[in-house]
Amino acid sequence: MKFPVPHDVKGKTIPGTEGWERMYPYHYQFVTDDAERNQYEKETFWFYDGLHYPEPLYPFDTIWDEAWYLALSQFNNRIFQVPPVRGVDHRIINGYVYISPVPVKNPDEIGQRVPNFMERAGYYYKNWDELEAKWKTKMEGTIAELEALPIPRLPEVEDLTVVTDGVGESTAYHLLKNYDDLINLGIKCWQYHFEFLNLGYAAYVFFMDFTQKLFPSIPLQRVTQMISGIDVIMYKSDDELKELAKKAVALEVDDVVTGHREWADVKAALENRRHGDEWLAAFEKARYPWFNISSGTGWFHTDRSWNDNLNIPLDGIQTYIGKLRAGVTIDRPMEAVRAERDRVTAEYRDLIDNEEDRKQFDELLGCARTVFPYVENHLFYVEHWFHSVFWNKMREVAAIMQEHGLIAEIEDIWLLRRDEIKQALWDIVTAWATGVKPRGTATWPAEIEWRKRVMQKFREWAPPPAIGIAPEVIQEPFTIVLWGVTNNSLSAWASVQDVADPDSITELKGFPASPGTVEGTARVCRSAEDIRDLVEGEILVAPTTSPSWAPAFAKIKACITDVGGVMSHAAIVCREYGMPAVVGTGHSTRVIKTGMTLRVDGSSGLVTIVQ
Amino acid sequence: MGSALMAEDVHLAPGIDSRAPKVCFFEDCNKDSVPLVGGKCASLGELINAGVRVPPGFALTTAGYAQFMRDAGILDEVNGLLQGLDHDDMDKLEAASAAIRQMIESRPMSIELEDLIAEAYRKLSVRCYLPAVPVAVRSSATAEDLPGASFAGQQDTYLWIRGIDSVMHHVRKCISSLYTARAIAYRIRMGFPHEQVAISVGVQKMANAYTAGVMFTLHPSTGDRSVIVIDSNFGFGESVVSGEVTPDNFVVNKVTLDIIERTISTKEICYTADLKLQRSVAMEVPVERQNIQSILDDEITELSWMAKKIEKHYGRPMDIEWAIDKNLPAGGNVFILQARPETIWSNKQKAPATTGATTAMDYIVSSLIVGKRLS
Repeated sequence: MKFPVPHDVKGKTIPGTEGWERMYPYHYQFVTDDAERNQYEKETFWFYDGLHYPEPLYPFDTIWDEAWYLALSQFNNRIFQVPPVRGVDHRIINGYVYISPVPVKNPDEIGQRVPNFMERAGYYYKNWDELEAKWKTKMEGTIAELEALPIPRLPEVEDLTVVTDGVGESTAYHLLKNYDDLINLGIKCWQYHFEFLNLGYAAYVFFMDFTQKLFPSIPLQRVTQMISGIDVIMYKSDDELKELAKKAVALEVDDVVTGHREWADVKAALENRRHGDEWLAAFEKARYPWFNISSGTGWFHTDRSWNDNLNIPLDGIQTYIGKLRAGVTIDRPMEAVRAERDRVTAEYRDLIDNEEDRKQFDELLGCARTVFPYVENHLFYVEHWFHSVFWNKMREVAAIMQEHGLIAEIEDIWLLRRDEIKQALWDIVTAWATGVKPRGTATWPAEIEWRKRVMQKFREWAPPPAIGIAPEVIQEPFTIVLWGVTNNSLSAWASVQDVADPDSITELKGFPASPGTVEGTARVCRSAEDIRDLVEGEILVAPTTSPSWAPAFAKIKACITDVGGVMSHAAIVCREYGMPAVVGTGHSTRVIKTGMTLRVDGSSGLVTIVQ
Repeated sequence: MGSALMAEDVHLAPGIDSRAPKVCFFEDCNKDSVPLVGGKCASLGELINAGVRVPPGFALTTAGYAQFMRDAGILDEVNGLLQGLDHDDMDKLEAASAAIRQMIESRPMSIELEDLIAEAYRKLSVRCYLPAVPVAVRSSATAEDLPGASFAGQQDTYLWIRGIDSVMHHVRKCISSLYTARAIAYRIRMGFPHEQVAISVGVQKMANAYTAGVMFTLHPSTGDRSVIVIDSNFGFGESVVSGEVTPDNFVVNKVTLDIIERTISTKEICYTADLKLQRSVAMEVPVERQNIQSILDDEITELSWMAKKIEKHYGRPMDIEWAIDKNLPAGGNVFILQARPETIWSNKQKAPATTGATTAMDYIVSSLIVGKRLS
């Protein structure tokens, strides 16, 4: 595969976006004025991380990219010392993130790193459960701090108590400080995010790798099936909806709950109904923390939570009430999943010819099962719970900026970098203190309008899947996982991308994520809100799914996604329900239209547009 | 055949046990019956007794073969013709072979032996509810599929044979195929004494196959034991076995029985029964069907399930021939025609996949250092 040189790609600025570089941190740029860096960038293989960044990054949202750039790299390189690899380097072109693992090139140095890694990573693997319990405490503490963090509005006159208590600090100081605290809590949360993650991925990747060596034809979905059926909190939010559905039936308020499409109407109707209060109380109780679940991946401010749009969980509850009325069991078939997992594992194990391989298999499987809950659960704590609260705290900051005329709309704040926001807040507090107009009222609105147009142009640009020179071997666990996705799908994605007329495409290739073949009608849902339109028995076509989409899976008979691998949410849920899934197709939401008849083969990964 | 039977174990006349049955139904055989009924018939008996759906049939045993040779009074003459042959001298081999085969095919069978075969054929027809049931007549050599000596396919098979006269004629032709120039030369080269090689002939109800083929309970190109690989074409399995067509190919997950790969080929010819002529004929697959999948998914699943059962019964990877009968309803129309241990991968010493690491940690570290190769 041949890929363009980074500086050539960057050199072709999209007309009208000149100067876009200032929207991102300066060290994210490919450069030509530094000979050493230029050479390094040219010799390195950069691939577009489309799994995490299907859209160009908003300047503010760069925060999580920076957070993992730091956290992943430091754990790899400075804390655990993964022998052959340092961190993962990052660049941005036209708003799209390109990454590259940095290898340790000197074999002697690799050797020197091995004992460190054995001791340090070994300590984590050995004491996994204990350290994970500690992790949970740290994480919950961080979230509690975040939830308690006030974003104060600047008063016309400070409260009298400031004088009588001899406080000696103004609200302005607290605004600045709490903004810093908000950002710092976010960075800290991402330190924890990566504390276990790469070790978890490594256990996972090499269990898969070993199993594939034993059985070259084994589908990855079967390897992951051997690690399924372990309870993870990722599903807890959905379970809460099921409980609320059951409760509505038990309290005989189910007709009210299903009587309206809007949450406000349901709530009003319940208030006048016997047992309505009781059900509403249960609903309120379920919200914390379980409705802090993002309806996207949680990576971006655009991903709103159930709390932000209660119509989404309402629709889920309504779906489950419908199932209950029809006499269908709505609980996840965990017993069946575990029984099948044990059967599949035992049969594969029996097919292993020699005793040593069987021992190694048992060891690696045990390790993969130990790390599994963390690999899944951190998503709820960080990307969903923490982020959902965080984005709204940022909206409170935005409200203050709007109040002082630096931005026109709350949602404009995402077009500023976090350090620019800090500057703007200084502008606001000094002007407030002084009693004059902030300078930013004359500069930021125009800059924001320009950035909006730039972002739009970025969206219309197709990022090349990879640039630079491809290495022969990749050793970084995280990028192996990502690579598994990118490498296999690069050419398939590229071939679809190059087709001028998307209507001429009749086949899409993705990862076989859950076996079986079905035919049915497509329903393209771009966001969790769209799943309200799903009709029983349709095939869900989505950019990607997250735990908050769970109720949709009770209605559909197959699922197709643009991004995601065999461990993605859609893949796991479809395997549990025994329905076919093809994930990581690259462009299905662009090519497929609602109403088309599709054939989904989850065993081979082929989606055919029948008509 | 797991009990690696050597040719020496088989005794021909005059040392043969005269009490051994001359004709024997498959269900009365098992894997230990190789000296009596040859590898193919023994394995069919073993399969039937293991509960696998196999078309019924019977064997003319090695004792029956010996009896025939004795009754025909040609033993000494045959042995005389085989003396002093060189496996390189094709002209002499051909001449000896022609003479011997002519003798075997022309001499009458004793009334006693003929009666035994005719009675077995009649019983088979009654059992199949078909007058003069169509059968496949195939040789079942005692030395077939021995480790290190593949006689497979050296002897003839006759398909869609109907009526006792035709059965008798083809049984004799099968016997005579033990003496093709090629078979004689092979035995000389391998050092198998002719007088210690015997043949049995299987007479098996013909499945009127609309689809047939072969399957392996491992991946023939990687040795992966977690899959079953199936080749299929329309009609009788001969087109697949002989390699005359590129068959459809399916890879099935052995553990979960789902189809993980499918390759549909262009299949130009197939073999089928010509009901006017009452014989097997090659025919062109109609153009509109050439690129159609030659077997239903449900049948692939059923075959795979059967293959799994057979492998479990034998305790080793197997090479299986199968057919699907077009006259029988689904649920009872999939048949196993033959099953033998897979020899290529099973005889290879596979290197272990582990790097010798004992703990998961060791394995992870060593794998990290090696990294993942991008293809």
